[in-house]
Amino acid sequence: MSDVPKELSYTKTHEWIGNDGDGTITVGITDHAQASLGDLVFVELPEAGKKVGAGDAVAVVESVKAASDIYAPVAGEVAEVNEQLEDAPELVNEDPFGEGWLFKMQVDDADALDMLLDADTYEGIVEDEED
Amino acid sequence: MADRTPLHDEHVALDARLVDFAGWDMPIDYGSQIAEHKAVRDNAGMFDVSHMAVADITGDDARAFLRRVMANDVARIDEIGRALYTCMLNTRGGVIDDLIVYHLAEGHYRAVLNAATTNKDLAWLHGQIGTYRVAVEHRSDLAIVAVQGPRARELTTKVLDTGLAEAAFRLKPFSATTEGDVSVGRTGYTGEDGFEIVMPAGDAAPFWRALKSTGVAPVGLGARDTLRLEAGLNLYGQDMDEDTTPLESGLAWTVAFEPADREFVGREALEYARAEGVTMQRVGLVLEGRGVMRHGAKVRAAGSNVAAAAAAGEVTSGSYAPTLSRSIGLARIPSDWDDGVEVAIRDKWLPARLVTPPFVRNGKSRIDDA
Repeated sequence: MSDVPKELSYTKTHEWIGNDGDGTITVGITDHAQASLGDLVFVELPEAGKKVGAGDAVAVVESVKAASDIYAPVAGEVAEVNEQLEDAPELVNEDPFGEGWLFKMQVDDADALDMLLDADTYEGIVEDEED
Repeated sequence: MADRTPLHDEHVALDARLVDFAGWDMPIDYGSQIAEHKAVRDNAGMFDVSHMAVADITGDDARAFLRRVMANDVARIDEIGRALYTCMLNTRGGVIDDLIVYHLAEGHYRAVLNAATTNKDLAWLHGQIGTYRVAVEHRSDLAIVAVQGPRARELTTKVLDTGLAEAAFRLKPFSATTEGDVSVGRTGYTGEDGFEIVMPAGDAAPFWRALKSTGVAPVGLGARDTLRLEAGLNLYGQDMDEDTTPLESGLAWTVAFEPADREFVGREALEYARAEGVTMQRVGLVLEGRGVMRHGAKVRAAGSNVAAAAAAGEVTSGSYAPTLSRSIGLARIPSDWDDGVEVAIRDKWLPARLVTPPFVRNGKSRIDDA
């Protein structure tokens, strides 16, 4: 069973969202997502400053097996990307909720964050998929 | 429910990720495909390939029968203990399967068939028997384990019975030794040295555990695919099938046209194709930048600007090459393309260069760094 930290929010498309409390969020992919993809070999991240809408494809993670789009969980502006992943995409596999974060966003409307899934709901989705 | 090999419980105990492969419940990886790939390049890895089928071909006419149904000529392995890679063709010259034939004893040959084609192959072989005095027997009582890597022979011979170990260690490449129902061949599908060992199903689990305790890493089908791709070896069903001939699949070297009087199945079609001129070729591709070429991606000549739907080339196997840290592929393209190409990857055309496989041999890159 994959790890699903309680303090984070989630999307159906397997992104996790950490609320940094200052109007920004940190986004990554879940433990379940990294395990399903297998070893990552490339991560393509957006430019800082890019404006994005909720659900826009903003990044690509590519594993030995497949390429997968990463979607902006809410509307906002890309504030920072995890430059380390350029040379070390395996960090996403090794530490998906920590060193393997993908990007940070300045959120347009903080209320939009309430629409994200909580850990229990996401865990239910993962259980269905892992059965 | 999917079929299970005699090593299924071992895979479960090792926490393998299991997938359905040609109707078999098989390990795709045991945690990290890249780590398993590197274990084979740097040390030794073991693969459960018991989903592949062993077929014994025996009888007074076994040699004559195989000279008829195989595109390569088993007369090349008249010496007992030799092995031969060959295609089995239909009358159109298309590939029914590719396989290794071992000459185990006088009048006794053993073929190892792909899992996905086993039933079709056996039906075809039985249908070809006619008046040949030969029996084709599917040995589903046997398991197959491949051990591959620079230390594979050293570690495997520690685990085998003494007599067999000594004979196995002396084997030349593409040869085999047999003791009862155990045969050890110095063959493989990774571009590394090593063995493929056929044994009674009941012996497989103890053998596997003994190898594990000497430090041989379990390796799943995921890494098996990237290893064979780096080695430039075709995968049946992707790089060739019943509608493509060996001549357009990089396998012309496996077709024995000489002696000219050997009437093998598919010969007429291949001779006709040769006379007309073979219009497609199989090449190796190295992607210049980031990204990964995948099976089915369209290929066009560099600068040709044709739309994907009109592109005349196609990637038949593509992946990320862990040894090279970039994407490589096998592709089928028109025979007159000999320069750079572009590959359609996620709606972009990315440049790739043509190379002659293998990409990696015995752990070393065979391509120039761009």
